[in-house]
Amino acid sequence: MFTDFFYYLRSQGLAVSLQEWLTLCEALDKGLAGASFTRFYGLCRAVLIKSEADYDKFDSAFIRYFRAIAEASEEIPPELMEWLNKPAVTPGNYDEEIARLNSLLTPEQIEEMLAQRLKEQKEEHNGGSYWVGTGGMSTFGNAGNSPTGIRVGGQSIHHRAFRVAGERRFRDFTGDTVLDTRQFQVALRRLRQYSAKTDAPKTELNPDATVDATCENGGTLKLVYERPRINTVKVLMLMDSGGSMDYYSGLCTALFQAVRKSNHFKDLKIYYFHNCVYSHLYTEPTCNPAKWVTTESVLNTLGRDYKVIFVGDAEMAPYELWGGQYAKRKSGLDWLLTIRDHFSHVVWLNPGTGDSYWGVCQTYDAIRHEFDMYTLTVKNLEKALKKLVSAR
Amino acid sequence: MKGKTFGGSQDYVASEELLSAVNIAMTLQKPLLLKGEPGTGKTMLARSIASSLHAPLYIWNIKSTTKAQDGLYVYDVVQRLYDSQFGGEGVDDIEKYVHLGQVGEAFESEERAVLLIDEIDKADLEFPNDLLWELDQMEFTIPQTGRTVKAKHRPVILITSNAEKELPDAFLRRCIFHYIEFPDEALMRRIIGVHYPDLEQNLLDQAIAAFYWVRGLPGLQKKPSTSELIDWIRALTFSGIPQEEILRQIPFAGVLLKKNEDLESLEKSKARRRF
Repeated sequence: MFTDFFYYLRSQGLAVSLQEWLTLCEALDKGLAGASFTRFYGLCRAVLIKSEADYDKFDSAFIRYFRAIAEASEEIPPELMEWLNKPAVTPGNYDEEIARLNSLLTPEQIEEMLAQRLKEQKEEHNGGSYWVGTGGMSTFGNAGNSPTGIRVGGQSIHHRAFRVAGERRFRDFTGDTVLDTRQFQVALRRLRQYSAKTDAPKTELNPDATVDATCENGGTLKLVYERPRINTVKVLMLMDSGGSMDYYSGLCTALFQAVRKSNHFKDLKIYYFHNCVYSHLYTEPTCNPAKWVTTESVLNTLGRDYKVIFVGDAEMAPYELWGGQYAKRKSGLDWLLTIRDHFSHVVWLNPGTGDSYWGVCQTYDAIRHEFDMYTLTVKNLEKALKKLVSAR
Repeated sequence: MKGKTFGGSQDYVASEELLSAVNIAMTLQKPLLLKGEPGTGKTMLARSIASSLHAPLYIWNIKSTTKAQDGLYVYDVVQRLYDSQFGGEGVDDIEKYVHLGQVGEAFESEERAVLLIDEIDKADLEFPNDLLWELDQMEFTIPQTGRTVKAKHRPVILITSNAEKELPDAFLRRCIFHYIEFPDEALMRRIIGVHYPDLEQNLLDQAIAAFYWVRGLPGLQKKPSTSELIDWIRALTFSGIPQEEILRQIPFAGVLLKKNEDLESLEKSKARRRF
C-alpha cells in the first residue's frame, strides 16, 4: 500500500529517488514519525522534497493521496475528540481473538466501520472492543491495543497534517508563479558560457598548478597556463515600454533590475520600443525621440553572437504590426523578423498571457508564431535562457 | 537517540517543523540542508545545536573560490619548497605540511562535533559533488601521506544555502531538506522575547505591527529580516520616542531598510495610508 505513495508522488512530477524513499523507510523504522500524522507529513517532506518550489506540489499530492484519512478526521465530532484526549484508562483487556480478526480487516473496511460508529455512538467508551474509545481493542480511538485501526484523537491529531498541508503556504514558491528580482537574478546566472569551455587561448598563469608542477618537477620551475574563466555571453535586451506594458511595470522593473545587476555578462545593451520595433530604438524607457538610435545601426554594430531577449506583451493594434497607414514603409513585423534573423539566438519573454479583456489578441498569436515566446515565470525564464545558450 | 534530540535553546527559538527536521537529520545521520530568506537564523541554528549538545562547532565558510579539498586538508607545498631550499628541519616529513580543514577537524574530533558548511551555493557548481563521498562515508584519504582520516563520531552536519545556485541532484538526494519560512507574528514575539525579556508590551505591539506593515510594502528590494527588527527595537528603546508614535512615524527606518529606493517607497506609502 505504501509503495503506491512513492509511485504516486513520481507520477505527480516530483522526482523522488529510490534512495530518498529508502531513507524515508529507514526513518519510519526508527520511529521518527511516532504515531503522529503531522510528524509523518513533516518527515516525508524533509526527506523526499529538496526544494521549496516543490513544497506546494507535494502538499497537494499528499492531500490527494491521504484524502480518505483527512475526510475521516473532519467528520469526528468535537465531543468525541474530548473523550479521547482524556487520560486513558489502561485495562488489561488484550484479546488475541479480536486482535487476529482486526488484523484481517482492510483499511477500507475499517474506514467504513468508523463512519458507521460515528453515526451510532452517543457517549464515551473506553477499554471496549466496539466503540471509538481509548485503550480499547476496537479498530478506532487511541492508545488502543488493536494491531490495525485508525487513530482517532489523542497525541496524533492527524487532521493537523492536513490543515498544515491544506493551507498550501508554499504556493508562492512553485516554479510557475511570477518571480521577484532575486529569483530573476538566480535564473539569469544560467545565461553563461565560460571561455574556459570554449577554445580561447591559454593566457592566464595558474599559480597553484604552477607550484604543484614545479614541486613535482623537483623544484625546477614549470609554468602552467589556463584559459581565462570569463563569461562570453553578450546580451541585447529589447523592452516594450509604456502603453499596455504599464500593467506589468512591476514585473518588468524587477526583470530589468535583475539583468542590470547581473554583472557577469561580457556586454549588455538595453534598448526600448513602444509596442513594436520600427526604424528606431529608444535608449531610455520614456521613449523620448531625442534619445534614439536607428535600428539599422544597432544591427550593424552588434554581432550575430549577441543573445537577444525581447520583453513585451505583444499586444498592439493590428496596424502597428502589419502596417496599414504606414504600409509604404517596412511594417513592424518585418522589422521584428529582420532582428530575429540577424541574431542566432532570440527569445521573447511575455509578462502577459495574451488573453485580455477582448480575448486572445491577434498580434499576440502572430508574434508567438514567429518567436520562441515564453510567459514570464521562473520555470519559463529558465527554459528561455537555456534556449539562448543552446548550440544551434 | 534518546536524550540527544534537539529542542531549541534559551537563545534560539525555532518552529516545530524546524526542530523535527533537525532531529530527523540527526537520527538518520544525514546532512541537513537549510534554505531560507537571509536573516532567518540559519547560521545561528548551528551554534545553538552545538551549545545544546555541548559539542564543538566547526564552521566552514564557503566563498566563490573555495574548493572541496580545502575543507578536508591543505598540503602546504610552498612552505615545504621553502624549507627544502633553506635547509629547514623535517622536510621529509610530509605530515608536517598537511593541515586539516574544518571537515577534517570535525572528523578527527574526540567527541561528536557539529559541522556547519555555510552558504554552500557560493562555491562553484561542481563543489557539492566533490564532497559526496566524504559526507557519505565520513572518511577521506590524503594521498601525499597515505593517511586515511575517518570520522571517530559522525558529526552533525548542517549546510546552508541562499539558493544562488541550484545544487546537484546527487547531492540533494543525500540530504534532509528544510526551508525556513519567515517567522509569523507569534514566533516573532517569542524570538524577541528571547532577546529583550523585559520589553514593554505596548512598544512590542507597535514595533511588530510597524515591522510587518513595512515588510508587506509592495516592491521592496530588500525586505527587513529578523536581525534588522532586533536592531530596530534596540534603537527604539534607547531613543525614548513616544510609543504611540512608532507605528505612525516609523522612526529610524534606515535600520530596517538598507536601500535608498526602499526608503523612498516607504515615505510614499506613509503619506498614502490612513493612520
